[in-house]
Amino acid sequence: MAEELTTSGYIKHHLQNLTFGPKHEELEPGVWAPTGDYGFAMSSGEAAQMGFWSINVDTMFMSILLGGLMMWFFRSVAKKISAGVPTNTQNFAEWIIEFIDDSVRGSFSGGKNTLVAPMALTIFVWIFLMNLMDLIPVDLIPLAVAHGASAIFGVDPHDVFFKIVPTTDPNATLGMALFVFLLMLYYSFKVKGVGGFIGELTLQPFGKWALPINFVLETVTLIAKPFSLALRLFGNMYAGEMVFILIATMYGAGLVLGSFAGLLQVGWAIFHILIITLQAFIFMVLTTVYMDMAHQEHH
Amino acid sequence: MNINATLIGQLIAFAIFVAFCMKYVWPPIMQALEERKKKIADGLAAAERGRHEQELAEKRAQQVIHEAKDQASEIVSQAQRRGNEIVDEAKGTARTEGERILTSARAEIEQEANRARDELRAQVASVALAGAGKILSREIDDKAHTDLLDELVSQI
Repeated sequence: MAEELTTSGYIKHHLQNLTFGPKHEELEPGVWAPTGDYGFAMSSGEAAQMGFWSINVDTMFMSILLGGLMMWFFRSVAKKISAGVPTNTQNFAEWIIEFIDDSVRGSFSGGKNTLVAPMALTIFVWIFLMNLMDLIPVDLIPLAVAHGASAIFGVDPHDVFFKIVPTTDPNATLGMALFVFLLMLYYSFKVKGVGGFIGELTLQPFGKWALPINFVLETVTLIAKPFSLALRLFGNMYAGEMVFILIATMYGAGLVLGSFAGLLQVGWAIFHILIITLQAFIFMVLTTVYMDMAHQEHH
Repeated sequence: MNINATLIGQLIAFAIFVAFCMKYVWPPIMQALEERKKKIADGLAAAERGRHEQELAEKRAQQVIHEAKDQASEIVSQAQRRGNEIVDEAKGTARTEGERILTSARAEIEQEANRARDELRAQVASVALAGAGKILSREIDDKAHTDLLDELVSQI
Protein backbone atom coordinates (compact mmCIF):
# COMPACT_ATOMS: atom_id res chain seq x y z
CA MET A 1 0.00 0.00 0.00
CA ALA A 2 2.56 2.50 -1.12
CA GLU A 3 1.62 6.07 -0.53
CA GLU A 4 1.80 8.46 -3.42
CA LEU A 5 5.09 10.35 -3.58
CA THR A 6 3.99 13.78 -2.43
CA THR A 7 5.57 16.18 0.02
CA SER A 8 3.16 15.25 2.77
CA GLY A 9 3.57 11.59 1.89
CA TYR A 10 7.34 11.96 2.12
CA ILE A 11 7.08 13.65 5.50
CA LYS A 12 4.63 11.08 6.82
CA HIS A 13 6.84 8.29 5.57
CA HIS A 14 9.78 9.72 7.46
CA LEU A 15 7.83 10.09 10.66
CA GLN A 16 6.64 6.50 10.71
CA ASN A 17 8.49 3.91 12.75
CA LEU A 18 9.14 0.40 11.57
CA THR A 19 6.47 -1.25 13.69
CA PHE A 20 6.18 -4.96 14.33
CA GLY A 21 2.97 -6.32 15.76
CA PRO A 22 -0.35 -8.01 14.99
CA LYS A 23 -1.14 -7.43 11.35
CA HIS A 24 -4.35 -5.62 10.40
CA GLU A 25 -5.96 -5.06 7.06
CA GLU A 26 -8.16 -2.26 5.91
CA LEU A 27 -11.43 -3.78 4.72
CA GLU A 28 -12.81 -0.45 3.62
CA PRO A 29 -11.51 3.08 4.36
CA GLY A 30 -11.46 3.55 8.14
CA VAL A 31 -12.44 -0.03 8.99
CA TRP A 32 -9.62 -2.34 10.12
CA ALA A 33 -9.66 -5.97 11.08
CA PRO A 34 -6.87 -8.11 12.56
CA THR A 35 -5.61 -10.84 10.26
CA GLY A 36 -4.27 -13.00 13.06
CA ASP A 37 -0.64 -12.91 11.85
CA TYR A 38 2.29 -10.93 13.12
CA GLY A 39 4.41 -8.79 10.89
CA PHE A 40 5.62 -5.31 10.01
CA ALA A 41 3.05 -2.57 9.51
CA MET A 42 2.84 -1.57 5.87
CA SER A 43 1.34 1.86 6.51
CA SER A 44 1.05 4.31 9.33
CA GLY A 45 -2.66 3.51 9.56
CA GLU A 46 -1.90 -0.13 10.13
CA ALA A 47 0.78 0.77 12.69
CA ALA A 48 -1.77 2.83 14.57
CA GLN A 49 -4.20 -0.14 14.58
CA MET A 50 -1.61 -2.48 16.08
CA GLY A 51 -2.20 -1.06 19.54
CA PHE A 52 0.07 -1.29 22.53
CA TRP A 53 1.45 -4.77 21.97
CA SER A 54 3.54 -3.88 18.98
CA ILE A 55 7.12 -2.75 18.92
CA ASN A 56 9.08 -0.15 17.00
CA VAL A 57 11.91 -2.30 15.71
CA ASP A 58 13.95 0.61 14.36
CA THR A 59 13.89 2.46 17.68
CA MET A 60 14.87 -0.64 19.60
CA PHE A 61 17.55 -1.63 17.12
CA MET A 62 19.20 1.77 16.91
CA SER A 63 19.04 2.47 20.64
CA ILE A 64 20.40 -0.92 21.62
CA LEU A 65 23.07 -0.70 18.93
CA LEU A 66 24.18 2.72 20.15
CA GLY A 67 23.92 1.76 23.81
CA GLY A 68 25.92 -1.39 23.12
CA LEU A 69 28.53 0.64 21.26
CA MET A 70 28.81 3.01 24.19
CA MET A 71 29.07 0.21 26.74
CA TRP A 72 31.63 -1.58 24.59
CA PHE A 73 33.72 1.57 24.36
CA PHE A 74 33.64 2.33 28.08
CA ARG A 75 34.08 -1.31 29.04
CA SER A 76 37.12 -1.67 26.79
CA VAL A 77 38.59 1.41 28.45
CA ALA A 78 37.71 0.18 31.93
CA LYS A 79 39.35 -3.18 31.26
CA LYS A 80 42.69 -1.72 30.27
CA ILE A 81 42.62 1.26 32.56
CA SER A 82 45.73 2.12 34.49
CA ALA A 83 46.52 4.81 36.99
CA GLY A 84 49.68 5.58 35.05
CA VAL A 85 50.01 7.69 31.94
CA PRO A 86 46.67 7.38 30.10
CA THR A 87 46.32 6.53 26.42
CA ASN A 88 44.36 8.83 24.13
CA THR A 89 41.23 6.67 24.27
CA GLN A 90 41.47 6.41 28.02
CA ASN A 91 41.96 10.14 28.24
CA PHE A 92 38.82 10.74 26.22
CA ALA A 93 36.75 8.37 28.36
CA GLU A 94 38.15 9.88 31.53
CA TRP A 95 37.37 13.35 30.28
CA ILE A 96 33.69 12.42 29.82
CA ILE A 97 33.53 10.60 33.12
CA GLU A 98 35.11 13.42 35.06
CA PHE A 99 32.72 15.88 33.45
CA ILE A 100 29.76 13.69 34.50
CA ASP A 101 31.20 13.14 37.94
CA ASP A 102 31.63 16.87 38.43
CA SER A 103 28.06 17.64 37.37
CA VAL A 104 26.67 14.89 39.59
CA ARG A 105 28.72 16.07 42.56
CA GLY A 106 27.40 19.57 41.87
CA SER A 107 23.72 18.69 41.92
CA PHE A 108 23.42 15.46 43.89
CA SER A 109 23.86 15.65 47.65
CA GLY A 110 22.22 12.39 48.66
CA GLY A 111 25.35 10.95 50.18
CA LYS A 112 26.82 7.70 48.96
CA ASN A 113 24.85 6.37 46.04
CA THR A 114 26.59 4.17 43.51
CA LEU A 115 23.74 4.37 41.01
CA VAL A 116 23.28 8.05 40.26
CA ALA A 117 26.64 8.83 38.69
CA PRO A 118 26.79 5.77 36.38
CA MET A 119 23.18 6.42 35.42
CA ALA A 120 24.05 10.02 34.59
CA LEU A 121 26.91 8.78 32.41
CA THR A 122 24.64 6.31 30.65
CA ILE A 123 21.95 8.93 30.09
CA PHE A 124 24.30 11.58 28.79
CA VAL A 125 26.29 9.46 26.39
CA TRP A 126 23.41 7.31 25.23
CA ILE A 127 21.06 10.20 24.55
CA PHE A 128 23.87 12.11 22.92
CA LEU A 129 24.58 9.22 20.56
CA MET A 130 20.89 8.70 19.79
CA ASN A 131 20.45 12.41 19.13
CA LEU A 132 23.58 12.40 17.00
CA MET A 133 21.80 10.14 14.50
CA ASP A 134 19.82 13.25 13.64
CA LEU A 135 22.86 14.65 11.86
CA ILE A 136 22.98 11.77 9.40
CA PRO A 137 21.20 12.90 6.22
CA VAL A 138 17.53 11.99 6.68
CA ASP A 139 17.24 9.74 3.65
CA LEU A 140 20.54 7.93 3.79
CA ILE A 141 19.92 5.06 6.16
CA PRO A 142 16.14 4.74 5.59
CA LEU A 143 16.78 4.39 1.87
CA ALA A 144 19.56 1.89 2.43
CA VAL A 145 17.37 -0.15 4.76
CA ALA A 146 14.35 0.06 2.44
CA HIS A 147 16.30 -1.06 -0.61
CA GLY A 148 18.16 -3.68 1.37
CA ALA A 149 14.85 -5.07 2.62
CA SER A 150 13.31 -4.99 -0.82
CA ALA A 151 16.31 -6.83 -2.25
CA ILE A 152 16.26 -9.48 0.45
CA PHE A 153 12.57 -9.91 1.23
CA GLY A 154 11.09 -8.64 -2.00
CA VAL A 155 8.87 -6.01 -0.37
CA ASP A 156 8.04 -2.65 -1.87
CA PRO A 157 10.73 -0.23 -0.60
CA HIS A 158 8.03 2.35 -0.03
CA ASP A 159 6.43 0.12 2.57
CA VAL A 160 9.59 -0.11 4.65
CA PHE A 161 9.82 2.55 7.30
CA PHE A 162 12.94 3.33 9.24
CA LYS A 163 13.58 6.13 11.71
CA ILE A 164 17.16 6.24 12.80
CA VAL A 165 16.77 8.74 15.65
CA PRO A 166 15.34 6.80 18.60
CA THR A 167 14.80 9.97 20.61
CA THR A 168 12.25 11.19 18.06
CA ASP A 169 10.13 8.25 19.14
CA PRO A 170 8.17 9.21 22.31
CA ASN A 171 8.33 5.57 23.38
CA ALA A 172 12.08 5.81 23.81
CA THR A 173 12.09 9.00 25.83
CA LEU A 174 9.08 7.94 27.89
CA GLY A 175 10.66 4.58 28.57
CA MET A 176 13.77 6.23 29.97
CA ALA A 177 11.75 8.78 31.91
CA LEU A 178 9.61 6.00 33.38
CA PHE A 179 12.71 4.21 34.60
CA VAL A 180 13.83 7.46 36.21
CA PHE A 181 10.36 7.82 37.72
CA LEU A 182 10.48 4.30 39.18
CA LEU A 183 13.86 5.05 40.70
CA MET A 184 12.47 8.29 42.15
CA LEU A 185 9.65 6.38 43.81
CA TYR A 186 12.04 3.68 45.02
CA TYR A 187 14.45 6.12 46.63
CA SER A 188 11.63 8.25 48.04
CA PHE A 189 10.21 5.22 49.82
CA LYS A 190 13.64 3.97 50.82
CA VAL A 191 14.99 7.23 52.23
CA LYS A 192 11.84 8.82 53.65
CA GLY A 193 9.85 5.71 54.44
CA VAL A 194 6.27 5.19 53.35
CA GLY A 195 4.98 7.65 55.94
CA GLY A 196 7.57 10.25 55.10
CA PHE A 197 6.84 10.07 51.41
CA ILE A 198 3.07 10.21 51.88
CA GLY A 199 3.61 13.10 54.27
CA GLU A 200 5.61 14.87 51.64
CA LEU A 201 2.79 14.38 49.16
CA THR A 202 -0.02 15.52 51.47
CA LEU A 203 1.26 17.91 54.15
CA GLN A 204 2.71 20.64 51.98
CA PRO A 205 2.73 23.29 50.71
CA PHE A 206 -0.39 24.42 52.64
CA GLY A 207 -0.21 22.47 55.90
CA LYS A 208 -2.40 19.61 57.09
CA TRP A 209 -5.75 21.39 56.85
CA ALA A 210 -5.52 21.63 53.09
CA LEU A 211 -4.65 17.98 52.65
CA PRO A 212 -6.62 17.19 49.45
CA ILE A 213 -5.31 20.27 47.67
CA ASN A 214 -1.79 19.43 48.74
CA PHE A 215 -2.20 15.90 47.50
CA VAL A 216 -3.48 16.97 44.11
CA LEU A 217 -0.75 19.58 43.71
CA GLU A 218 2.08 17.32 44.81
CA THR A 219 0.89 14.38 42.76
CA VAL A 220 0.70 16.51 39.67
CA THR A 221 4.18 17.84 40.43
CA LEU A 222 5.49 14.33 40.88
CA ILE A 223 3.95 12.96 37.71
CA ALA A 224 4.88 16.02 35.71
CA LYS A 225 8.55 15.27 36.35
CA PRO A 226 8.97 12.18 34.14
CA PHE A 227 6.58 13.53 31.53
CA SER A 228 8.37 16.85 31.24
CA LEU A 229 11.65 14.93 31.06
CA ALA A 230 10.42 12.69 28.27
CA LEU A 231 8.47 15.27 26.31
CA ARG A 232 11.20 17.90 26.41
CA LEU A 233 13.69 15.56 24.80
CA PHE A 234 11.16 14.12 22.40
CA GLY A 235 9.82 17.56 21.41
CA ASN A 236 13.23 19.01 20.74
CA MET A 237 14.45 16.07 18.73
CA TYR A 238 11.18 15.66 16.85
CA ALA A 239 11.18 19.32 15.89
CA GLY A 240 14.79 19.13 14.81
CA GLU A 241 14.11 16.04 12.74
CA MET A 242 11.08 17.74 11.22
CA VAL A 243 13.16 20.71 10.14
CA PHE A 244 15.67 18.37 8.51
CA ILE A 245 12.85 16.61 6.67
CA LEU A 246 11.35 19.90 5.53
CA ILE A 247 14.73 21.05 4.29
CA ALA A 248 15.09 17.73 2.50
CA THR A 249 11.80 18.28 0.67
CA MET A 250 13.30 21.43 -0.84
CA TYR A 251 15.93 19.41 -2.70
CA GLY A 252 13.34 18.39 -5.23
CA ALA A 253 12.37 21.99 -6.00
CA GLY A 254 14.93 22.96 -8.60
CA LEU A 255 18.58 23.92 -8.58
CA VAL A 256 18.28 27.28 -6.80
CA LEU A 257 16.06 26.09 -3.98
CA GLY A 258 18.03 22.86 -3.84
CA SER A 259 21.34 24.61 -3.23
CA PHE A 260 19.65 26.92 -0.76
CA ALA A 261 18.39 23.83 1.02
CA GLY A 262 21.95 22.55 1.15
CA LEU A 263 23.05 25.73 2.89
CA LEU A 264 20.11 25.53 5.26
CA GLN A 265 20.86 21.96 6.11
CA VAL A 266 24.47 22.71 6.96
CA GLY A 267 23.40 25.68 9.07
CA TRP A 268 20.71 23.73 10.87
CA ALA A 269 23.05 20.79 11.44
CA ILE A 270 25.64 23.06 13.03
CA PHE A 271 23.00 24.62 15.23
CA HIS A 272 21.60 21.18 15.98
CA ILE A 273 24.91 19.99 17.40
CA LEU A 274 24.24 22.41 20.23
CA ILE A 275 20.68 21.15 20.77
CA ILE A 276 21.79 17.53 20.71
CA THR A 277 24.38 18.06 23.41
CA LEU A 278 22.20 20.39 25.41
CA GLN A 279 19.22 18.03 25.48
CA ALA A 280 21.41 15.12 26.55
CA PHE A 281 22.89 17.31 29.27
CA ILE A 282 19.50 18.60 30.44
CA PHE A 283 18.08 15.08 30.68
CA MET A 284 21.11 14.03 32.71
CA VAL A 285 21.08 17.03 35.05
CA LEU A 286 17.33 16.86 35.67
CA THR A 287 17.52 13.15 36.38
CA THR A 288 20.27 13.84 38.90
CA VAL A 289 18.24 16.62 40.46
CA TYR A 290 15.16 14.39 40.71
CA MET A 291 17.28 11.71 42.35
CA ASP A 292 18.58 14.32 44.74
CA MET A 293 15.02 15.43 45.58
CA ALA A 294 14.04 11.82 46.19
CA HIS A 295 16.91 11.58 48.68
CA GLN A 296 16.09 14.73 50.59
CA GLU A 297 14.20 14.40 53.86
CA HIS A 298 12.94 17.97 54.00
CA HIS A 299 12.15 20.51 51.40
CA MET B 1 4.23 7.90 16.81
CA ASN B 2 2.10 5.44 18.70
CA ILE B 3 2.72 4.55 22.30
CA ASN B 4 3.40 0.83 22.30
CA ALA B 5 5.52 -1.86 23.86
CA THR B 6 8.66 -0.07 22.69
CA LEU B 7 8.19 1.93 25.87
CA ILE B 8 8.74 -1.16 27.98
CA GLY B 9 11.56 -2.33 25.75
CA GLN B 10 13.33 0.99 26.14
CA LEU B 11 12.79 0.93 29.88
CA ILE B 12 14.36 -2.49 30.14
CA ALA B 13 17.22 -1.62 27.78
CA PHE B 14 17.92 1.53 29.75
CA ALA B 15 17.86 -0.36 33.04
CA ILE B 16 20.27 -2.95 31.66
CA PHE B 17 22.67 -0.31 30.36
CA VAL B 18 22.56 1.54 33.67
CA ALA B 19 23.21 -1.67 35.57
CA PHE B 20 26.08 -2.60 33.27
CA CYS B 21 27.59 0.85 33.58
CA MET B 22 27.18 0.77 37.34
CA LYS B 23 28.83 -2.62 37.67
CA TYR B 24 31.50 -2.85 34.99
CA VAL B 25 32.30 0.67 33.81
CA TRP B 26 32.06 3.23 36.54
CA PRO B 27 33.88 1.53 39.46
CA PRO B 28 37.12 0.55 37.67
CA ILE B 29 37.47 3.92 35.97
CA MET B 30 36.72 5.87 39.13
CA GLN B 31 39.12 3.68 41.03
CA ALA B 32 41.85 4.34 38.50
CA LEU B 33 41.15 8.05 38.69
CA GLU B 34 41.34 8.00 42.49
CA GLU B 35 44.50 5.97 42.32
CA ARG B 36 46.08 8.43 39.93
CA LYS B 37 45.00 11.32 42.14
CA LYS B 38 46.68 9.61 45.07
CA LYS B 39 49.76 8.87 43.00
CA ILE B 40 50.08 12.50 42.00
CA ALA B 41 49.57 13.65 45.57
CA ASP B 42 52.22 11.17 46.71
CA GLY B 43 54.54 12.33 43.98
CA LEU B 44 54.11 15.94 44.99
CA ALA B 45 54.71 15.08 48.63
CA ALA B 46 57.81 13.09 47.66
CA ALA B 47 59.07 16.01 45.61
CA GLU B 48 58.53 18.32 48.56
CA ARG B 49 60.34 15.89 50.82
CA GLY B 50 63.15 15.59 48.29
CA ARG B 51 63.54 19.32 48.13
CA HIS B 52 63.63 19.52 51.90
CA GLU B 53 66.21 16.76 52.04
CA GLN B 54 68.29 18.46 49.41
CA GLU B 55 68.24 21.63 51.45
CA LEU B 56 69.37 19.71 54.49
CA ALA B 57 72.08 17.98 52.50
CA GLU B 58 73.29 21.29 51.16
CA LYS B 59 73.42 22.69 54.63
CA ARG B 60 75.33 19.64 55.81
CA ALA B 61 77.69 19.85 52.88
CA GLN B 62 78.37 23.49 53.69
CA GLN B 63 79.07 22.52 57.26
CA VAL B 64 81.44 19.76 56.18
CA ILE B 65 83.24 22.14 53.86
CA HIS B 66 83.57 24.62 56.68
CA GLU B 67 84.97 21.99 59.01
CA ALA B 68 87.35 20.79 56.33
CA LYS B 69 88.56 24.31 55.74
CA ASP B 70 89.11 24.85 59.44
CA GLN B 71 90.93 21.58 59.73
CA ALA B 72 93.05 22.33 56.71
CA SER B 73 94.09 25.72 58.02
CA GLU B 74 94.86 24.17 61.37
CA ILE B 75 96.97 21.52 59.70
CA VAL B 76 98.78 24.14 57.65
CA SER B 77 99.54 26.23 60.68
CA GLN B 78 100.66 23.18 62.60
CA ALA B 79 102.91 22.22 59.74
CA GLN B 80 104.31 25.70 59.63
CA ARG B 81 104.98 25.62 63.32
CA ARG B 82 106.59 22.23 63.01
CA GLY B 83 108.66 23.45 60.09
CA ASN B 84 109.86 26.39 62.07
CA GLU B 85 110.69 24.10 64.93
CA ILE B 86 112.64 21.82 62.63
CA VAL B 87 114.50 24.74 61.11
CA ASP B 88 115.32 26.05 64.56
CA GLU B 89 116.47 22.67 65.71
CA ALA B 90 118.56 22.26 62.59
CA LYS B 91 120.07 25.65 63.16
CA GLY B 92 120.97 24.68 66.75
CA THR B 93 122.55 21.41 65.78
CA ALA B 94 124.35 23.05 62.92
CA ARG B 95 125.75 25.66 65.24
CA THR B 96 126.97 23.17 67.87
CA GLU B 97 128.33 20.93 65.15
CA GLY B 98 130.10 23.86 63.63
CA GLU B 99 131.59 24.81 66.94
CA ARG B 100 132.62 21.26 67.59
CA ILE B 101 134.26 21.03 64.19
CA LEU B 102 135.89 24.39 64.76
CA THR B 103 137.35 23.42 68.14
CA SER B 104 138.58 20.09 66.88
CA ALA B 105 140.07 21.82 63.87
CA ARG B 106 141.74 24.32 66.15
CA ALA B 107 143.12 21.57 68.35
CA GLU B 108 144.37 19.74 65.34
CA ILE B 109 145.95 22.89 63.99
CA GLU B 110 147.64 23.48 67.28
CA GLN B 111 148.83 19.92 67.44
CA GLU B 112 150.05 20.14 63.89
CA ALA B 113 151.80 23.37 64.68
CA ASN B 114 153.45 21.87 67.74
CA ARG B 115 154.56 18.89 65.77
CA ALA B 116 155.89 21.14 63.03
CA ARG B 117 157.65 23.20 65.58
CA ASP B 118 159.22 20.14 67.15
CA GLU B 119 160.28 18.84 63.80
CA LEU B 120 161.58 22.20 62.87
CA ARG B 121 163.42 22.34 66.09
CA ALA B 122 165.02 18.98 65.39
CA GLN B 123 165.80 19.91 61.85
CA VAL B 124 167.20 23.31 62.89
CA ALA B 125 169.78 21.53 65.07
CA SER B 126 170.85 19.27 62.29
CA VAL B 127 170.78 22.13 59.73
CA ALA B 128 172.80 24.16 62.18
CA LEU B 129 175.22 21.31 62.65
CA ALA B 130 175.44 20.82 58.90
CA GLY B 131 175.90 24.53 58.37
CA ALA B 132 178.36 24.62 61.07
CA GLY B 133 180.11 21.66 59.55
CA LYS B 134 180.10 23.38 56.14
CA ILE B 135 181.31 26.61 57.62
CA LEU B 136 183.86 24.75 59.59
CA SER B 137 185.10 22.80 56.64
CA ARG B 138 185.47 25.96 54.57
CA GLU B 139 187.08 27.97 57.42
CA ILE B 140 189.67 25.42 58.24
CA ASP B 141 193.12 26.79 57.42
CA ASP B 142 195.53 24.08 57.96
CA LYS B 143 198.35 26.41 58.89
CA ALA B 144 196.52 28.55 61.28
CA HIS B 145 194.72 25.57 62.70
CA THR B 146 197.87 23.73 62.94
CA ASP B 147 199.34 26.62 64.83
CA LEU B 148 196.29 26.67 66.96
CA LEU B 149 196.48 23.01 67.51
CA ASP B 150 200.11 23.19 68.09
CA GLU B 151 199.62 25.88 70.61
CA LEU B 152 197.00 23.64 72.26
CA VAL B 153 199.24 20.77 72.15
CA SER B 154 202.03 22.89 73.56
CA GLN B 155 199.91 23.89 76.43
CA ILE B 156 199.14 20.39 77.31
